[in-house]
Amino acid sequence: MEQETITRVASIKEPSEVAAIREQCKAALERRKICFRVCAGTACIAGGSLEVYEELKKQIQQRGINVDVELLFEGGETEAGASTSGCHGFCQMGPLVRVEPQGTFYNKVKVENVPDIIAATLEEQGVVEDLLFENKDGSRATIEKEVPFYAGQKRIVLGGCGTINPEDIRNYFAVDGYKALAKCLTEMTPEDVVEEVKKSGLRGRGGGGFPTGRKWESALKAVGRPKYIICNADEGDPGAFMDRSLIEGNPQLVIEGMIISAYGVGAKYGVVYVRAEYPLAVTRLFKAIDQAREYGLLGENIMGTGFDFDIEVFQGAGAFVCGESSALRASIEGLPGEPTAKYDHATDKGLWEKPTVLNNVESFANIPIIINHGADCYASMGTEKSKGTKVFSLVGNIVNTGLIEVEMGTTLRKIIFEIGGGIPDDKPFKAVQTGGPSGGCLPADKLDMPVDFDQLTEAGSMMGSGGMIVMDEGACVVNVAKYFIEFCNDESCGKCISCRDGSAALLNILERICEGEGREEDLETMEDLCHAIDDASMCGLGTSLPNPVLSTLHYFRDEYLAHIKDKNCPAKVCKPLFTYEVITDNCKMCGLCFRNCPSDAVIWKKKEVAEIIQDKCVKCGICKEVCKFDAVE
Amino acid sequence: MVTFTLNGTELEVKEGTTLLEVARDQGIEIPTLCYHEEMSTYGACRLCLVEVVRRDWPSIQPACLYPAREGIEVNTDTERVRKSRKILLELYLARSPESQVIIDLAKEYGIRDTRFKLKESERSECILCGLCVRACAEISKRHAISFAHRGSKRMIQTPFEELADTCVGCQACAFVCPTGVIKIDEAD
Ligand SMILES: Cc1cc2nc3c(=O)[nH]c(=O)nc-3n(C[C@H](O)[C@H](O)[C@H](O)COP(=O)(O)O)c2cc1C
Ligand code: SF4
Ligand code: SF4
Ligand code: SF4
Ligand code: SF4
Ligand code: FES
Ligand code: FES
Repeated sequence: MEQETITRVASIKEPSEVAAIREQCKAALERRKICFRVCAGTACIAGGSLEVYEELKKQIQQRGINVDVELLFEGGETEAGASTSGCHGFCQMGPLVRVEPQGTFYNKVKVENVPDIIAATLEEQGVVEDLLFENKDGSRATIEKEVPFYAGQKRIVLGGCGTINPEDIRNYFAVDGYKALAKCLTEMTPEDVVEEVKKSGLRGRGGGGFPTGRKWESALKAVGRPKYIICNADEGDPGAFMDRSLIEGNPQLVIEGMIISAYGVGAKYGVVYVRAEYPLAVTRLFKAIDQAREYGLLGENIMGTGFDFDIEVFQGAGAFVCGESSALRASIEGLPGEPTAKYDHATDKGLWEKPTVLNNVESFANIPIIINHGADCYASMGTEKSKGTKVFSLVGNIVNTGLIEVEMGTTLRKIIFEIGGGIPDDKPFKAVQTGGPSGGCLPADKLDMPVDFDQLTEAGSMMGSGGMIVMDEGACVVNVAKYFIEFCNDESCGKCISCRDGSAALLNILERICEGEGREEDLETMEDLCHAIDDASMCGLGTSLPNPVLSTLHYFRDEYLAHIKDKNCPAKVCKPLFTYEVITDNCKMCGLCFRNCPSDAVIWKKKEVAEIIQDKCVKCGICKEVCKFDAVE
Repeated sequence: MVTFTLNGTELEVKEGTTLLEVARDQGIEIPTLCYHEEMSTYGACRLCLVEVVRRDWPSIQPACLYPAREGIEVNTDTERVRKSRKILLELYLARSPESQVIIDLAKEYGIRDTRFKLKESERSECILCGLCVRACAEISKRHAISFAHRGSKRMIQTPFEELADTCVGCQACAFVCPTGVIKIDEAD
């Protein structure tokens, strides 16, 4: 048994074989004493991580060490090797390399650093100090868990992202891959599976937060045949990359979740609807599906149990609105990717009018975890009505941008100031936009709010798919609202007048306010319009697009009024609504502003206070930035 | 058969009947711009909004699409419906300020002016109701007209700008167009 190889793939004939394969894969991978794991997520690859990977392999080989992975699976062992992984979430510090099993965490690794890393690891049993993460106080963190960005996280769904090679299913087997499916197929009836998911309290991660178990229950009871499973990987929110990273980093987890779902509801066919603009995710997905098929985990007679299910990949054209359930279905059916009215549940009449379960990538990724650990354990995480964890993409004016996973109920403060490391240059926090383009903007006094589906909705925002954009005092909320409304107007399918022309009319008012032409009655007009857009629009894009306007009007009304009444943009963003002036008392007459002004708008002579000529000033703010004496305001 | 109440009257209708069909049957007026009984429904104009209470949950729904369902309570003329409809009419006025049909309809709701402004490129006498698209496809069976683009750039691609060889000049589209924006030159 020990020496039995698994390089020549044999289809799994019965669920009990999964355990044996797991032990073999684990043992094989452990026969590689040290592994340099290089991040091969989209961002790190762009930063040159694959060159680092090749160099690592080359230099290890030069030491006479065999780095061929197949050797391990043939029973051989090796001193060291290199492997890749999906995104670790901390892309801004990439390319990342982790040394396993020690866990030494190197960031911003360049090809030139490879000899040092290898020498430190293989010869000195030490670390390359300079490549370790540097804390604010100058101290260094050796392993991921010591880095504040990771310390506050609970990486369960993302657990495999950054730790396993997503392109080799044997890595997934080694970390309990397909154990959950084997358990379902042997110990659980479809009803048990659905009941377990219901009990876990899992709610859909794609935006709506609908209870997944209840959706599955309806599909299980539906009479139509065949039934379909669709995985929604359209992910169109600007700045969001949760689903992309999951598919790139651990595609088998998502696939296993889909197979379990199919078993639970009795579906034969599955579709992953993925944006074509995600080439790496698409490639890895195809690879993962092929490998799953080779092992008899997809196709006919899965694990010899007589259960049939297979998955196709559908590459979407990339319109944001195609992520909406009815538009997504239409798009797969070859119709225009436009939402349609739905009064039948998709679980009765979905794709091709057949019972359909549509879930988000992250929702499916939670399933194997729920089955492996049990619904009760899962439900012990999170808040009363939002269980488990949530993946967020943290972007904007924040020190640590990236992909994070936290327990539901974690406060915004912890997310932004501990994990996110706060605002760069310790500027004051102003707002955070959650829920993507049609989410809401929350102010500082909501920082201690525990983040879950219901709290966010109550505060006038939403969970959405987990985008989080942090803004410092330099952001103008009117301008922010304008940006999101513009996005929604562009992405509206254009069917409903309320959504199409309503967003255009909102945009028109917002533009006017930003130009200093706002009128006091505009605020009420916008509120009226927002409520009508919500009431009258057909799909979620229209009904939620007023959120950025309504939430900023609610929390930052004074800022709107400053624009309208005082003709002043306090954040100095709306150019017609502010000026830069030299504060005579502060000016040390250094002339820096004069030398840096791109527009010759500063008058200055030696030993004279500088002065800004407003007619010439293009309001670029450079003078304010360069002045060392805070003399420009 | 399903039983529900419409403006306080309990009614029994065939399952699948839309609220608009029932209302028209009962002589209740609901304005529409994208509905035609000879064609499939589309739900773009949003004027046919009514208030539906289902399982104690009130919501605003388009009557032309929403099916009569067991136990629901429908009101065609509530404050909330009127408010949203008036805003829509203001949007229509902003979009098609020259359309007599729109001006007249707005007037019926006491609206003579609009608070909203759309850019020149966003204005048009075409209200994108899609009746012409459906008429061409469903009545003339030609599929010569279609929608193009998204958001505010959405427009109708008619065969008249560039004569589609599929157009047989039947004028069904011009006949159904609520704003009369489609004009076919007889000489063509
Ligand atoms: C405009 C719009 C865009 C959407 N985009 C996505 C998306 O990219 N991915 C996604 O999972 N859900 C998206 N949704 C939500 C889906 O309609 C659907 O609710 C979800 O996929 C269901 O899966 P879940 O229950 O697992 O969340 C979108 C909804 C709307 C209205
Ligand atoms: S609400 Fe907007 S995106 Fe949705 S169907 Fe209507 S126009 Fe299209
Ligand atoms: S940079 Fe500042 S201190 Fe120097 S001249 Fe300009 S305003 Fe004065
Ligand atoms: S804001 Fe820019 S253009 Fe204006 S004075 Fe300062 S540097 Fe010159
Ligand atoms: S041309 Fe007329 S019928 Fe066609 S969409 Fe426009 S308004 Fe409707
Ligand atoms: S791609 Fe490497 S950390 Fe995200
Ligand atoms: S008639 Fe119902 S939406 Fe136009």
